[in-house]
Amino acid sequence: MAMATDAPKETFRLSMLVYDTRYRSYTIQIVVLLLFAMAVAWLLNNTVENLAVRGKEFNFAFLWQRAGYDIGQQLIPYTNDDTHFRALLVGLVNTLVVAFWGCVFATILGVIIGVLRLSNNWLIGRLMTVYVEVFRNVPLLLWILLSYVILSETTPQPRDFRVTDEMIAAGEEPKASMILFDTVAVTNRGTNIPAPLFDRSLGSIQIGFLPVSLNLLAFIVVIIASVWANRRLLAHAKAVQEATGDRPVTWWKSLLILFGPVIALKFALGLHLEIPELKGFNFQGGILVAHSFTALLIALSLYTAAFIAEIVRAGILAISRGQTEAAFALGLRPNRTMSLIILPQALRVIIPPLISQFLNLTKNTSLGIAVSYLDLRGTLGGITLNQTGRELECMLLMMLIYLSISLMISAVMNIYNKSVQLKAR
Amino acid sequence: MSVSFTRKEMLPPLPPPVGERGVVKWARENLFSSPLNIALTVLGVLIVWWLVSASLPWWLNSVWNASSLGECREIVAARAGEGATGACWAMIRERWHQFIFGFYPPSEYWRPVLAFGLLFAALAPVLFSGEKRNLLIVLGSVTVFLAVTLWLAETPVVALVLSLALAVVLVAVSQIAPGKVLWFTLIYPPLCYWLLWGGSIWSPIVAMAGFAVLYAVFRLASPLIGLAPAAGAGVVAAVLWWLYLDVPIASFLQSALPFGIDAINSDRFGGFLLAIVIGVTGISFSLPIGILLALGRQSDMLIVKTLSVGFIEFIRGVPLITLLFTASLLLQYFLPPGTNFDIILRVIILVTFFAAAYLAEVIRGGLAALPRGQYEAADALGLDYWRAQRLIILPQALKISIPSIVSTFIGLFKDTTLVAFVGLMDPLKGVTQIVRADINWKGIYWEPYIFVGAIFFVFCFGMSRYSMYLEQKLKTDHR
Amino acid sequence: MKKSVFFGTLAATTMAAGLAMAGTLEDVKARGELICGSNTGLTGFGAPDANGNWAGFDVDLCRAVAAAVLGDASKVKFVPTTGETRFTALQSGEVDLLVRNSTWTATRDSELAFDFVAVNYYDGQGFMVKKDLGVSSAKELDGATVCIQTGTTTELNLADFFKQNNISYQPVTVQDDSEAQRQYLAGACDAYTTDVSGLAASRATMPDAENHVILPEVISKEPLGPVVRHGDNNWGDVVRWTYFALLIAEEKGITSANVNEVAASTSDEEVKRLLGVTGDMGAKFGLSNDAFKNAIAAVGNYGEVFARNIGEGTTINLARGLNALWTQGGLQYAAPFR
Repeated sequence: MAMATDAPKETFRLSMLVYDTRYRSYTIQIVVLLLFAMAVAWLLNNTVENLAVRGKEFNFAFLWQRAGYDIGQQLIPYTNDDTHFRALLVGLVNTLVVAFWGCVFATILGVIIGVLRLSNNWLIGRLMTVYVEVFRNVPLLLWILLSYVILSETTPQPRDFRVTDEMIAAGEEPKASMILFDTVAVTNRGTNIPAPLFDRSLGSIQIGFLPVSLNLLAFIVVIIASVWANRRLLAHAKAVQEATGDRPVTWWKSLLILFGPVIALKFALGLHLEIPELKGFNFQGGILVAHSFTALLIALSLYTAAFIAEIVRAGILAISRGQTEAAFALGLRPNRTMSLIILPQALRVIIPPLISQFLNLTKNTSLGIAVSYLDLRGTLGGITLNQTGRELECMLLMMLIYLSISLMISAVMNIYNKSVQLKAR
Repeated sequence: MSVSFTRKEMLPPLPPPVGERGVVKWARENLFSSPLNIALTVLGVLIVWWLVSASLPWWLNSVWNASSLGECREIVAARAGEGATGACWAMIRERWHQFIFGFYPPSEYWRPVLAFGLLFAALAPVLFSGEKRNLLIVLGSVTVFLAVTLWLAETPVVALVLSLALAVVLVAVSQIAPGKVLWFTLIYPPLCYWLLWGGSIWSPIVAMAGFAVLYAVFRLASPLIGLAPAAGAGVVAAVLWWLYLDVPIASFLQSALPFGIDAINSDRFGGFLLAIVIGVTGISFSLPIGILLALGRQSDMLIVKTLSVGFIEFIRGVPLITLLFTASLLLQYFLPPGTNFDIILRVIILVTFFAAAYLAEVIRGGLAALPRGQYEAADALGLDYWRAQRLIILPQALKISIPSIVSTFIGLFKDTTLVAFVGLMDPLKGVTQIVRADINWKGIYWEPYIFVGAIFFVFCFGMSRYSMYLEQKLKTDHR
Repeated sequence: MKKSVFFGTLAATTMAAGLAMAGTLEDVKARGELICGSNTGLTGFGAPDANGNWAGFDVDLCRAVAAAVLGDASKVKFVPTTGETRFTALQSGEVDLLVRNSTWTATRDSELAFDFVAVNYYDGQGFMVKKDLGVSSAKELDGATVCIQTGTTTELNLADFFKQNNISYQPVTVQDDSEAQRQYLAGACDAYTTDVSGLAASRATMPDAENHVILPEVISKEPLGPVVRHGDNNWGDVVRWTYFALLIAEEKGITSANVNEVAASTSDEEVKRLLGVTGDMGAKFGLSNDAFKNAIAAVGNYGEVFARNIGEGTTINLARGLNALWTQGGLQYAAPFR
């Protein structure tokens, strides 16, 4: 006869740390943690010793010394009298700008190519396949170098734009001329585009270290306000329509509200375009977009577009034919089918890999080194590192900045993923 | 009498109208089905026409025999008139070996060629375990490839005979006992190292013996002290072997039984040889690390998981180029003072970390794709964690991740061009720069880029097609 | 035999860690090979040929040091370094000696902890422009686009020069000399600035050299020379005096061809000491007594090295100028060998 007895009280033995599954995971974790701490301590100790051997110290004071070098493309004001930190910011802005426009162009191009690849036009389908395969299977570095060479070898020199008195007398045309109604000059040094200028500027304010143009702010505020007013107008019209059955005429009011204030502001501030002009060696005035930027942008966009095209194609193919047929059966028109049925589902498939492509593109901007584009790596990790000889600080700081950019993008991705995730049953 | 108006025999059917058959039908359906399609077709034709008309003369005027760019231009001018453009492939003809081998001594070209051929022989058993027919195809092709290329590379007779004998033996073994070819995969890494870097044959053998020590200690100790401590003891024994016994034993053996081939310094590696060495080593060493990281990330243990996630996200969050600069600028800070080793080795280490982080994500995808039931079934059978992983989970997870592993490898292979920025001779920028520093070839741009780009394309396109084929083949669907 | 570093970090680091950071001279002797940091490819100064053999003005100095220390000028390995990796390579001990037209500056001497042990080439930064630009002075370059190599002192000099003269410019940074030349020839920049020797070297290799002029302004002093790590004085002395030996050899008319003959027949006491016929000067440096003789026999005297690699008659075609011996109105001056 069996009697229920208490299980014998277990005594703790040391070997249970290894063999008892209740304790084993703690043992493993503690061992791992110890090993990790030892590795970190070892690395830190080595670093300290190495710094001592070299007579260096680890501090970031050099960031506040005078940089002394010039940067070709600067979107925030910078001279060679500014600090290394400011040069870092200039580089960071350059990185972000090329990454941003790269993402925009790559997406546009990628979506077009991905859709065209599915088109029933044989020629276009094949051409797009060739495009995707060629761009995906050749290193990005080659595309960057190649577009740089093409840009600077096939475009005219600034002096080819010159019109001299003799040429006018002889009725000759200059070898090259500006495009887009004589506003944009593409030379082998870069692209000169018109710059917006204000006759009566509102000046700018400093926010932190960045100057923000009040003119730009004024425009943004006015545009937002007009759009909001227009919405109110349309909402009002709708309310009237629902109450009375008659919709008041709104189109001219809309136009007035949308464009009136902006145009008024333009004249109030005296906005005009400064067209680049050939003076001396170069085009003066306007904005110079250097070829290193353009080449990097083109190569990044074309390369990433090939990957995005594949993602888009896969996304569309992933939606089963039955979805379309079911939508038609419900009597939805083709465009409603696309916008209500196909796209929301396809986007769920497309967006996560798309964002990881954006991430790749952002990281790949560091290849600007090949065309000496002065991005974050070029300023902080390049010239500053070289002139100050502080590779440890510069490299760590640079990695940290890249890491934060990446983590921010991933965070956005995760938030999006959560919002569109199918709720699992 | 009646005249029958009934037909006795049928008329032959008329051919379909012109618009509904042959080329015209095909063109109408595939090229001109709608106004939009017509516009697209016209646009496509224009693009193709523009590309061809812009580049065709250049291709047609190619020069294959010249000793400098100037001479090329003269030949083109003489042939096609002043102002004509033409490709100068003479540069490739003269320098192709540099693009492929870097500065590897020409008399030793057979070694990288042999190592490259054997790489496929080593991969074959992993990809087609036990499939006699596929093994025969791969190993047979390797044998033929080696016979031709080694002969072309003017291999010393002894080496030629030995290599071909090895290849034939492999073919024979694959037919008699297909499972045994896997042993070759295991000895391939040290063999490849020895072939490429040369030196005494005893160094790799004695170094590999460290693993034998590990295994022996493990087997001897496990009945006494249990599995986990025995594994630890094995690792300690192996490390001690490598630290204290390896070099003396190797040098003793070398002095007793001298056998070796010329040692080649790492600085002579360049071109595609360098790219393949870095790419293949990086991916193969990163595979075990990647698996561990993926398991760590899936683990329930908080600390292990945090560390894995931290490592993976850190590596994936920074551009490869900063990691390469770390290899060249920072590694010396993190290692004990006075430590110094080859830049190629340092780059390989960082590339391995890089690839490991990406592979970890790929394998995690594979793990996540396995149905929950597989894990539960393994638990129900009473398998412990490692047995479950080894017998049930990993084989399936790895199999479904093979296509993604291949695409990671393609990405890594393309990225090896970035090593140029730390002063190594990658084919794209490093070798091209050296060629252009030569006065004879100053100012040549298109030809090296097209040449290198074409080779990259062939490699990567081939691999991506192969992985698509694998994907189809491996689809044993869990649906 | 090559160390077994096959198993990656662990074995490699721990084994190599065993070697304490001894004097570089001892390291080189123990290794039996000198490791020199060189240019990735600058015609005339240091570039590999089609077979990977390095040649050039800087390369020859390395070979001379290898000959002096190891008795064999071929026992030298060249590690190509870029403008950005060169100093770290030296600092980390990856190379024993950096001979890569590096400018001697105060910062590099003090903060970066290097020693510039000699100046093997006196240079200065200049500008090259196309003749039809109609510019005769660098001060007329207001608004011009200037091509410049990144990672060098030239960036700072350029910024300073334009600032002092209160004129503006548009910098186009490029990676290396060949890219700079391509841009300049394509007209993507109006002027190309680097050391005058580099400009001359570039100009010499251009198909239309006569259409390019080097402007008269030299905007900086660029003393280029071999660099060693700070604090390893013995090694610095070896390099310095190997270099001086080449200078003295030129001064005394000793060449690679006649060095043995001179050693046998000379009556000049300094030459006897230099070639190790009398005294134990070599031993004082920790070298063999005929070390400097070996160096001269291997590469020839300074004049020969100059003439062979960059002198008049070569494609680079540089005049001796400041780099003539002090007896001929130049700056190259060796301390007495006694």
